[in-house]
Amino acid sequence: MWRLEARPEPSRAMLLATPVLAVALTLLLGAALFAALGKDPVAALRIIFLDPLLDPYARSELLVKGAPLVLIALGLSLGFRAGVWNIGAEGQFIMGAVASGAVALAFYDVPGLWLLPLMALAGLLAGAAWGLIPAFLKIRFNANEILVSLMLVYVAEQFLIAMVSGPLRDPQGFNFPLSRLFHDSALLPVLIEFTRVHAGVLVTLVLVGLFWALMRWHVLGFSIRLMGEAPRAAAFAGVRPNRIVAISLGASGALAGLAGMFEVAGPAGQLAPALPVGYGFTAIIVAFLGRLNPLGVLLAGGVMALTYVGGEGAQFGLGVPAAANEVFRGMLLFSLLALNILVSFRLVRPARVAAPAPRPDPDPQEA
Amino acid sequence: MGLNKWMAAALIAGLSAGGAAAQQDTLKVGFIYVGPVGDYGWSYEHDKGRQAIEAALGEKVETTFVESVPEGPDAERVLTQMARAGTDLIFSTSFGYMDQVIKVARQFPDVKFEHATGYKRADNVATYSGRFYEGRHVIGLIAGQMTETNTIGYIASFPIPEVIRGINAAYLAAKSVNPEVEFKIVWVSTWFDPAKEADAANALIEQGADVIMQHTDSPAAMTIAEEKGILAFGQASDMREFGPNARLSSIIDNWGPYYVARAQAVLDGTWESMDTWGGIDSAMTEIGGFSEQIPFAVRKQAMDAAIAIAAGRLHAFTGPINKQDGTPWLAPGETASDGDLLGMNFYVEGLEGSIPN
Amino acid sequence: MDFSALDPVALIASLLVAATPLILAATGELIVEKAGVLNLGVEGMMILGAIAGFAITVESESPALGFAAAALAGAGLALLFGVLTQMLLSNQVATGLALTLFGLGLAALIGQPYSGIKPPSTPTLDIPGLSDLPVLGRLFFSHDAVLYLALALVAASWWFLTRMRGGLILRAVGESHDAAHALGYPVVAIRLAAIAFGGACAGLGGAYLSLIRVPQWTEGMTAGAGWIALAIVVFASWKPWRVLLGAWLFGGVTILQLNLQALGLEVGSAWLSMTPYLMTILVLVLISADRSRAALNAPASLGRVFRASS
Repeated sequence: MWRLEARPEPSRAMLLATPVLAVALTLLLGAALFAALGKDPVAALRIIFLDPLLDPYARSELLVKGAPLVLIALGLSLGFRAGVWNIGAEGQFIMGAVASGAVALAFYDVPGLWLLPLMALAGLLAGAAWGLIPAFLKIRFNANEILVSLMLVYVAEQFLIAMVSGPLRDPQGFNFPLSRLFHDSALLPVLIEFTRVHAGVLVTLVLVGLFWALMRWHVLGFSIRLMGEAPRAAAFAGVRPNRIVAISLGASGALAGLAGMFEVAGPAGQLAPALPVGYGFTAIIVAFLGRLNPLGVLLAGGVMALTYVGGEGAQFGLGVPAAANEVFRGMLLFSLLALNILVSFRLVRPARVAAPAPRPDPDPQEA
Repeated sequence: MGLNKWMAAALIAGLSAGGAAAQQDTLKVGFIYVGPVGDYGWSYEHDKGRQAIEAALGEKVETTFVESVPEGPDAERVLTQMARAGTDLIFSTSFGYMDQVIKVARQFPDVKFEHATGYKRADNVATYSGRFYEGRHVIGLIAGQMTETNTIGYIASFPIPEVIRGINAAYLAAKSVNPEVEFKIVWVSTWFDPAKEADAANALIEQGADVIMQHTDSPAAMTIAEEKGILAFGQASDMREFGPNARLSSIIDNWGPYYVARAQAVLDGTWESMDTWGGIDSAMTEIGGFSEQIPFAVRKQAMDAAIAIAAGRLHAFTGPINKQDGTPWLAPGETASDGDLLGMNFYVEGLEGSIPN
Repeated sequence: MDFSALDPVALIASLLVAATPLILAATGELIVEKAGVLNLGVEGMMILGAIAGFAITVESESPALGFAAAALAGAGLALLFGVLTQMLLSNQVATGLALTLFGLGLAALIGQPYSGIKPPSTPTLDIPGLSDLPVLGRLFFSHDAVLYLALALVAASWWFLTRMRGGLILRAVGESHDAAHALGYPVVAIRLAAIAFGGACAGLGGAYLSLIRVPQWTEGMTAGAGWIALAIVVFASWKPWRVLLGAWLFGGVTILQLNLQALGLEVGSAWLSMTPYLMTILVLVLISADRSRAALNAPASLGRVFRASS
């Protein structure tokens, strides 16, 4: 029997090798899945994984689809590192979208360069406020932030429906639960002609760099990591947990809210009940696949976007049902999550009993 | 902006490498659906229309589809990808794709787009929908005479003109044959949620409804009606399988003939943008077979009404009709204009309750 | 307004039916969470149960076999989560979310040949004498066996958690896995069993939807019921009996709203739909604020990774 043995410290080689191994494993499983459905497995995998990278339009769409995932996951990984569990980013995304949309509609047809920054501010604040509710309830009443933030997602979803069926509904829209299309001043500029790559994508990329620097060099990054990895040591070092809870939830909420603003002012261009498509939840997975590291998140967001864009291609290129793409995406996630263990553990034969290995640094998720 | 230029250059290089659609002999027709093709309602019927194209035109066409596409940014990408893949004719089958269709169509003037149930057109965007209210008139006649409790339950989705029109048409028809009839209307705020639709049917039945009509997509209400031993009508698809005893008739969205005709028009080079509102005459609104349990006289009356509507001799909205608040809408003998129908946002006189907002 | 049209007996009877899938799934998840594991994949397990139960019932014409298959399918999918989180130490939140995606996709694939089929109906248990009682008969004695099973399951869970040694051990594992491990309890095995049980319950709940409450198979038919089950566990503050209360509240809001509408009463549906979630947050705050009482309910190790240190 093989068994797992903790590595003295996480393996750098495995850190890089596991994603490759996971993709290889997924390719095998996926090939079996597509073959079982009577589709050419090689063609299916090529369409999903390769074609979107070779095609310029699809490449630009990877940015459009990936940006909100990366932006939200960036904020979430901050909190996850500190052991603060915000799983309500979907709700914060929605509130950011509603708030910035309300601003856009309040100043309907008012031109001005100040409008977009104002909308971004509204999105940031609304997202942060929605994220600070679970923070407040945790600090003040010790309420579990996982559950509160999750409940608030449903509240936000219903709030969006109430808004677009009521005050924010298009007066000329025949009662359809939709807002008006935003006017030009409320739409993000497109960076590349003939694509939908908007200014929000650029901001997201800049923020990835900033967060990377923050976690590496700034004392806040240090405090956050310390609190997640060694809460008691953090207390000795003068880190105030309540402050970290508030910062983590507020900041991740703000970024999710900003992502919501980018979505409505970018590709969507209006508020609609169909606006939330699960970015907030998928971003949680992206944060983990990216190992809570800003650069890793960027990569993971890209891979996730690839499976969406490629999956659509497989539908109309090969007639693969949408459901098969979901199963395939599930396989990819499971492989990545399962093989992650090789980073901090190795497989050994029990015969070779080594000296009792020290416990590895607790996983960041072990708050 | 430097980055912008650099990326644009990369894009153009990429375009020349892999872009241009290959010359083809077959007509490529694409479909995008808002639900899964297995919803047995709205998207399912559109997919039957797609299969009708394949059956009718065989080798001359090649059809593809993408299902479960959310109404928003994702739809725009799917439409663009389809157009770029050399699709000649694209059917976008949900109202919520409207603005995306218009936007993508502007970028692909050579691709022809068809948008179901919308009201925005362009040179290469046609719109189409069914005059389902004509069907509502016919089943209203049946419902009014089949109810014993004089209570008809109506499961409605969203308070848009399409749905309000259906309620009014069914009510006026039922009332014309049964002055005692009363409608109970429940808004479920969803097009597709089987459990909620089932709950709505139960609520209506508990409050005395013995005939159920619906303007939502799943066959849940039909299965409940069958179980509770009351009557119902199929919506979008025939739904006979779900209520062999409960089903009286159905309004079927029959897109096949239109889809075949439009694909043929592209093949012939005669396609042009227009607005089609197909009623019983064009078979886009199809009345499903009548159940044996409907008395012969009622069946004949419903059939005659359908024939008269198809022939243009009868209009589902013929005056005198007052609005709910008693103000006159149509004078005796006057029929509703399409413009009035398309923007309908009021109940007719006799209906109770108010339209939610 | 004619409130006499509102028949309270019928209202409660349909509420009992509407709440049953929620009771099943929430009771399962409660046991899982009591063992210290947070499985967010309830929706995925429910829908897999819905199609497994439906398919087997259609093929075998036996609802009993169908429900058994649903429980097995739910448990199987749950064990995938179990292996990943308990043996390969993957993050529970991320794995649970992935499980929901995977379950929804897998169920839709399996279900493709089954749209548009009416399943054999599940008989109600008509108890001679009792079922014919006025009011009480209709309320309590004219339902299907699974509804009673769900209620029995709640009672059994309560008995297990509070009166049995096994329940004590399960709670100890959820409270502090390190302490339980030190006492020699097989933490991972216990958690795997709890996870499988939770999956089986979710699977049953899904099959209740596809075989009894709606009777049909359609893609995505659970429409968020799994997520509501998660909320109910919190609302119940991890106490089995309160699961009933939670399920009736969440199920009841929809039923009541539809019934009021049928009466002609105007209700802002979105605002009303929000209230159970807001109430859940309120309950959570109330039970958490009192730290001594919170410790009795919420499992302290919820969602944390356990790795035996030797």
